[in-house]
Amino acid sequence: MALKMVKGSIDRMFDKNLQDLVRGIRNHKEDEAKYISQCIDEIKQELKQDNIAVKANAVCKLTYLQMLGYDISWAAFNIIEVMSASKFTFKRIGYLAASQCFHEGTDVIMLTTNQIRKDLSSPNQYDTGVALTGLSCFVTPDLARDLANDIMTLMSHTKPYIRKKAVLIMYKVFLKYPESLRPAFPRLKEKLEDPDPGVQSAAVNVICELARRNPKNYLSLAPLFFKLMTSSTNNWVLIKIIKLFGALTPLEPRLGKKLIEPLTNLIHSTSAMSLLYECVNTVIAVLISLSSGMPNHSASIQLCVQKLRILIEDSDQNLKYLGLLAMSKILKTHPKSVQSHKDLILQCLDDKDESIRLRALDLLYGMVSKKNLMEIVKKLMIHVDKAEGTTYRDELLTKIIDICSQSNYQYITNFEWYISILVELTRLEGTRHGHLIAAQMLDVAIRVKAIRKFAVSQMAMLLDNAHLIASNTQRNGICEVLYAAAWICGEFSEHLEEANQTLEAMLRPKVTTLPGHIQAVYVQNMVKLYASILQQKEQSGEKEAAQEITQLMIERLPQFVQSADLEVQERASCILQLIKYIQKLQIKEVPVAEEVIALFAGELNPVAPKAQKKVPVPEGLDLDAWINEPPSDSESEDEKPKTIFHDEEQRHSRHRQPEIDEEELARRREARKQEQANNPFYIKSSPSPQKRYQDTPGVEHIPVVQIDLSVPLKVPGMPMSDQYVKLEEERRHKQKLEKDKKKKKQKKEKRGKHHRHNSLHTESEEDIAPAHHVDIITEEMPENALPSDEDDKDPNDPYKALDIDLDKPLADSEKLPVQRHRNVETLKSPDSEAPLVEKKSKKPKKKEKKHKEKERGKGKEKEKKVIEEEEEKKGEDLDFWLSTAPPPASTTQLQTEPVVGAAVVAEPQEVKKEEREERDEEEEDEGKKSSKHKKKKHKKEKEEKSKDKKKSKKKSHHSEEETTESVQNGTLDDEPLPPMSSYRLLAENPYVKMTYDIQGNLQNDSQVTVSVIFENKSTSFLKSMELNVLDSLNTKMLRPEGSSVHDGIPVPFQLPPGISNEAQFVFTLQSIVMAQKLKGTLSFIVKNDEGSTHEKLDFKLHFSCASYLITTPCYSDAFAKLLESGDLHMSSIKVDGISISFQHLLAKICFHHHFSVVERVDSCASMYSRSIQGHHVCLLVKKGENSVSIDGKCNDSTLLSNLLDEMKETLSKC
Amino acid sequence: MINAILVFNNHGKPRLVRFYQHLAEEVQQQIIRETFHLVLKRDDHICNFLECGSLFGGSDYKLIYRHYATLYFVFCVDSSESELGILDLIQGVFICFVATLQVLERGEEVFPYSSRMMFSQVFVETLDKCFENVCELDLIFHMDKVHHILQEVVIGGMVLETNMNEIVAQVEAQSKLEKAEGGLSAAPSRAVSAVKNINLPEIPRNINIGDINIKVPNLSQFM
Repeated sequence: MALKMVKGSIDRMFDKNLQDLVRGIRNHKEDEAKYISQCIDEIKQELKQDNIAVKANAVCKLTYLQMLGYDISWAAFNIIEVMSASKFTFKRIGYLAASQCFHEGTDVIMLTTNQIRKDLSSPNQYDTGVALTGLSCFVTPDLARDLANDIMTLMSHTKPYIRKKAVLIMYKVFLKYPESLRPAFPRLKEKLEDPDPGVQSAAVNVICELARRNPKNYLSLAPLFFKLMTSSTNNWVLIKIIKLFGALTPLEPRLGKKLIEPLTNLIHSTSAMSLLYECVNTVIAVLISLSSGMPNHSASIQLCVQKLRILIEDSDQNLKYLGLLAMSKILKTHPKSVQSHKDLILQCLDDKDESIRLRALDLLYGMVSKKNLMEIVKKLMIHVDKAEGTTYRDELLTKIIDICSQSNYQYITNFEWYISILVELTRLEGTRHGHLIAAQMLDVAIRVKAIRKFAVSQMAMLLDNAHLIASNTQRNGICEVLYAAAWICGEFSEHLEEANQTLEAMLRPKVTTLPGHIQAVYVQNMVKLYASILQQKEQSGEKEAAQEITQLMIERLPQFVQSADLEVQERASCILQLIKYIQKLQIKEVPVAEEVIALFAGELNPVAPKAQKKVPVPEGLDLDAWINEPPSDSESEDEKPKTIFHDEEQRHSRHRQPEIDEEELARRREARKQEQANNPFYIKSSPSPQKRYQDTPGVEHIPVVQIDLSVPLKVPGMPMSDQYVKLEEERRHKQKLEKDKKKKKQKKEKRGKHHRHNSLHTESEEDIAPAHHVDIITEEMPENALPSDEDDKDPNDPYKALDIDLDKPLADSEKLPVQRHRNVETLKSPDSEAPLVEKKSKKPKKKEKKHKEKERGKGKEKEKKVIEEEEEKKGEDLDFWLSTAPPPASTTQLQTEPVVGAAVVAEPQEVKKEEREERDEEEEDEGKKSSKHKKKKHKKEKEEKSKDKKKSKKKSHHSEEETTESVQNGTLDDEPLPPMSSYRLLAENPYVKMTYDIQGNLQNDSQVTVSVIFENKSTSFLKSMELNVLDSLNTKMLRPEGSSVHDGIPVPFQLPPGISNEAQFVFTLQSIVMAQKLKGTLSFIVKNDEGSTHEKLDFKLHFSCASYLITTPCYSDAFAKLLESGDLHMSSIKVDGISISFQHLLAKICFHHHFSVVERVDSCASMYSRSIQGHHVCLLVKKGENSVSIDGKCNDSTLLSNLLDEMKETLSKC
Repeated sequence: MINAILVFNNHGKPRLVRFYQHLAEEVQQQIIRETFHLVLKRDDHICNFLECGSLFGGSDYKLIYRHYATLYFVFCVDSSESELGILDLIQGVFICFVATLQVLERGEEVFPYSSRMMFSQVFVETLDKCFENVCELDLIFHMDKVHHILQEVVIGGMVLETNMNEIVAQVEAQSKLEKAEGGLSAAPSRAVSAVKNINLPEIPRNINIGDINIKVPNLSQFM
C-alpha cells in the first residue's frame, strides 16, 4: 500500500502539469494540433489511474484544452470522479472543469445530484462554495428540482459567503424550475435586509433580474427598494435598484413621481459617473411614463439634458457614448429639448470613434424637421463620401433612408430632391444595401403619384448608365437598384419621354450578366415599354416605326431565352412568342396596340406590411376540416401523386375568399373603419387624419395635383441633390414673401392645410409648404383586418415561466421537494426551511379525523378570509406608500392614478386568487393540512359567527358539490367587494370567467370605463367574443356610430386556452346618484378539436356609486372651507363589530370607495373624494371600541346615502 | 447578466474563457475570433463599448472591454448591467488577478498596489506598467487559479462581489486551505517542474506514464 502511494507520487513528477502543457504547446507552434492530440492521449492514460491527484492534474489540463476549443465532454465521468474527491484542491478542479463543459445534454450529470448535495452540506464553507459556483453553470431542471430545497436552506447559512452565493444561484434554479420561485421568494425578500452588504447586493441582483423580465409581479416591493435606495451607500446596489425602478415606473406612474426627488438629489450629489448616468436614465424613464404637462417636468428634463451634455462634451469617449445613448431616449418624448443641442450632435458625427458616430446618427433620426432635413441629409452625404469603412458607410446609407422615410415621408417637402438623393446613393461602391435603395425608389414612385414623371426620367437615366452600376454584381449589391429602375420605367412607361432609348438600354447584351431576378424584371418590363411604344406609334400612324420596334424585340429577346435562369428563360420565351404573333398581325396591318396594352391594364396599389397575415379567417371556416372526404389509406398508398395533388388543391382553396358582392364590400369597409376609429389599439397608418383617404377606395379618386415645373429640372447628366437644396431655399423664400403678401391682402386664405401635419413641428415649420402637392397613397389592408398586433411576442421566452405572482400567500402544496427517506425528516423540513412562510400561513396540528371531515368546508372559508386579508394588507401597503407621496404638483395628474394604480395592483391578485382556489382543491385532497389552520383561526371564529350563520345555508350544499363549485360560490358570497382587488366577478362558466372593474372617466363627466378581464378556463380556443348589454335609460354602452342599441361590441382579441386578457368598454350615464345594474350577455365561439360551438354567458354589471368617484386629494384647509360652505347635505351611519385596525379600515375605504385621507388624528380621520360629475363627498370616520361611525357630507343627498350604504356593506364584512 | 467573459491577447489567443450559457466549443472559438476582430479594429482612444449585433444570439448584448498591455478583457453583458459599472468591475477583476498572481509567482507580495487600495485615476494609469511584472503567461500557467478568482467575482453571469478586499481575502483563504492539503500545485510539484525546465523539455515526454518501473532509475539523474 505504502509502496503504491510512493509510486503514485513519483509517477506524478513525470506527468506534465498545466504549466508543462502550456510550455509544450508554445514550443510546438508548427505542429500544435499533433502535439495536443499526443497530450490528450497522455491525459487519457492518466485518467485511467487510481491516483486522484493524477486524475485531477489531467482534468486541469483538459480544462485548458477546452479553452483552446477542444471538446472534452468524453471525460465527463472522470470530471465527476474528481468532483467527488475528498480534498478541496481536487474537488475545486473537478467543479471548474464541470462548469466549463457540463450542460443540460450531459447525460452523466444526473450522477452528480447526491455528490452536490453532500458538498452543499459540507462543514467546510469552501466545499459548499465551490459546489454552488459549479452548480450555477450547469444546473439542469432535474438538478434544480432536486437541490432547490438544499440551496434555499443555504440562503440562511451562518456564513455570509455561502449566503450570497446561495442567493445568486437561486436565480438559476428559478429559471430551470419555476415552481421554486414562490416558495423561495419570502426568504429571498428577507435577504434584501441581510446585515451583510454582499448578501444584500446578491438579493438585489436576483430580484432585479427577475423583475426585469416580469416587472408587474414585483411592484409591491417598491417601498422596500425605495428604502434601500435612500439608505444604501453601495453604488453597485444603487445602480441595480435604480435600473429596476426604471423598469417599474412604466407600470406605476405614481412611483415615478415619488422617485424624481431622490433621484434628482442623487444626480446632484453623486461623484460616481456610473451612478449619475443610471439616475439620469431612470429619470428619463420616469418622465416618459408620466404624461407630460406636469410643471416640474421641464426642470427635470433640463437637468437631464444638461448633465448629458456634460457627458457628451467630456473627453472620455465612454461618457460621450453613453451620453448620446441616453439622449436618444429623451429624444423620443421630448424632441425639442434635444434639438437645441443639434450643434453638439453634428459635431459628434466627425468623431474618430465609429460607435460614437453611429450613436449620433441615431439621434439625428429624431431631430429632423421639414426645415432642416435637406441640410442634415446634405451633411450626411458628405460623410458618406468621406467614410472609410463600408460598414459605417452602409450605416450612413440606411440612416439617410430611415431619416427621410420616417413616418410616411413626413419631413420630405420635395420628392424630386429625395429621388435625386437616392440616385446619388446608387453611386456608392460596395454597399450591401442596394435593395434598400431599390425599395425606396419603388415605394416613392408608387405612392407619390406626382413624382412619377420625374422618377421615370431618373430611372431611365439609371438604366442608360447601367454599365456603371452593373459592375458590382455581388448579392444585395447596388445593381439591385436596376431592378427598381426597370420596373418603374416599365410600369409608368406613359411618363417616359424617350421610351425607345430606354428600351434599347434594356435590351443591351450586357444585361444578361445581371443576376437572374433582375433580368426577369427587365424582360417583363420591356414588354410594358414595348406596349406603350407600340401604342404611341400606332396612334401617330407610324407603322414602319412600330414594326421596327417589334423587329428589335424579336432580334434581342433570344439572348434572354438562352438564359440559365429559369424564370428569365420562361418569361423571355413566352414574350418572344407573343411578339412574333404581334409581328404577324402587324404584317397583316391589324392594329394590335390596344390589345397589347390591355395586358398591363390596371394599377398596382401598395399593400401594407403584414396585410396578408391580418386577413381574418371567415367565420365558420375551419381550415383543418377536410374539404373532400379524406382518401382512404389504401388509396393514398397506391396513388401517391394523387394525394399530392389533393394537398395542393386544398392549399389553394384556403386563400380563396368567399365571393362578396360590391355592396357587402362597401359595408364591411365602413365597419372596419369604424372599428379602427374606435379601437384604441389600432395604430393609424399615418399620423394625421387628413392623410387617410378613407372614402376613396380606388386610386382614381386621389386628388393629384400637377407638378409645377417652373424650376428647370432638366439637369444634364445625373442631377445633384445640392441643386435642390438651393432651389428649395429660394422657393421657401419666395413662398414666404408670397405668403406675407397674401396675409396682407387676405387673411382668410390658408395654404397647405391638407398636407401632412406633425403635432411636434414648430411654428416656423408650418410655413413650409411642399414644393408640390404630394399625395402619399396609404397602404391597403385586407377587409376585416384584425387590428391586434400580436406577432411581436415571442412565445418561447424562457422568462415567461417566471411570470408568477409573488404576493399571494403560500399554499401548503407549494413547497420545494425534499428528499424523503425517513418520516421524521418529512415532518420537520417545512418548518425548518421556511420560518418566514410559516409565520404567514399555518401551523401543522393534528386533529381528529371526525372533526376534520365536518369542518373542512368551514375551515376553508376561513382560511381564505385570512389569506385575503393578508393580500389586502399588501396591496394597501403599496397603495398607501404611493399615496403618501409629497403633495402632487398637479391634480390632473393625480386623477389619472386610480385607474392605472388600481388596475396594476388588482390584476395580479385576481389571477392569483383563482390559482389559489385551485390549490385549495388540492389541499382538500391532503385533508390533513387544511385542517391545521383551524387552530389558528379559532379566535376569530366567534367574531365571524354571525357571518357563518348567514353562509351556513349555502355551505350545507357546498359540501356535496364539487369543490370548484363551492369555491365559486364562496367568492360570490364575498360580493360585492373581494378585498383589495377592485376586480369583481362578473360571470363565469366552464369556458370563460369575467371579472370587471369600473373607473370614472376624467375627461368626460358622463362616462365610465368598465375594464373586463376575460379568462379562458377551458382547453379550447375562444374567439369572436362579443359583449352586449341591455341599456337602461340612465346608463348606455357606448357603441360605434351607426350600430344599433342591440348590437354587441366585439372583444378585440381572441383567447387561447388558459390565457386572460383585458378589454375596456365605455358607458355613458346621466345620473350618478344611484347604483345601477345592467343585464348583459357575452357570446363567443368555442373552438376545439371537435369543432366550433356558439356559447353565451349572461351577466349583471353592477355600477356602484363608488365607481363614480375619483380619488382626489384635498388639503385640509380646502376641506374645512368646503365643510363650512354649508351647501352640503349630511348623513351618517354606524357599523358595529369592527375588529380590524383603523389604519386597515381607512385603507379599505380608500381602495374600494376611492377616497383619500385628508387628515388623521388618532382614531378619527377626515376623507375626501369627488364624483365624475363634480360632487364633493366629505367623510368623518371615527372608530370606537368595536364600532365605526361615519358622517358624510355631499352636494347630493341621494348619492351620499347610497355611498354610505355601500360603505356599510363593505365594513360589515370586516 | 453577464453572458461571457473573454480574455485574449493581442493575437487573439484565448487566455481565459468563461461563457455563462452553454455553447459548443466550435461556437465558442468562433465567438472569440469574431470578438477579437471587432475589438482589434478599435484603437485605444475610442470608447470601450461595442455593439456586437447578433454575435451572442441577442440584440440586447453589448461588449464592454478593456485593453491592458497585451491582453484584452472583454465582458459581454445585457442591458441590465451598468456599462460604467462593468468597466469598473473589469478593472477590479484585473487587479485581483495581478495581485494574486504576483503572490503565486514570487511567493510574496511584490505587487505594490495591494487589493486594499481603492480605485483612482492614477492607479488606472499605472496598471499597465504593473502588468508587465505579471506576464501574460502567468495567466495561463495558473488558469485554474484565475478561474477561481473570477468565480469569487462573478458566478452564473451575476456579479457576486465587488469589494476587492473581500474577493482577495476569500481567494487567499482558499489557497491556504489548498496548501494545508498539500495541493496539486504546492511546493514539491513546483520544484519538480522547475527541475524539468532546467533539463531538456523532451525527456519527460519520452517517459511512458503507464510503466513505472522503467522510469524510477532515471530519477537520480534529475534530482
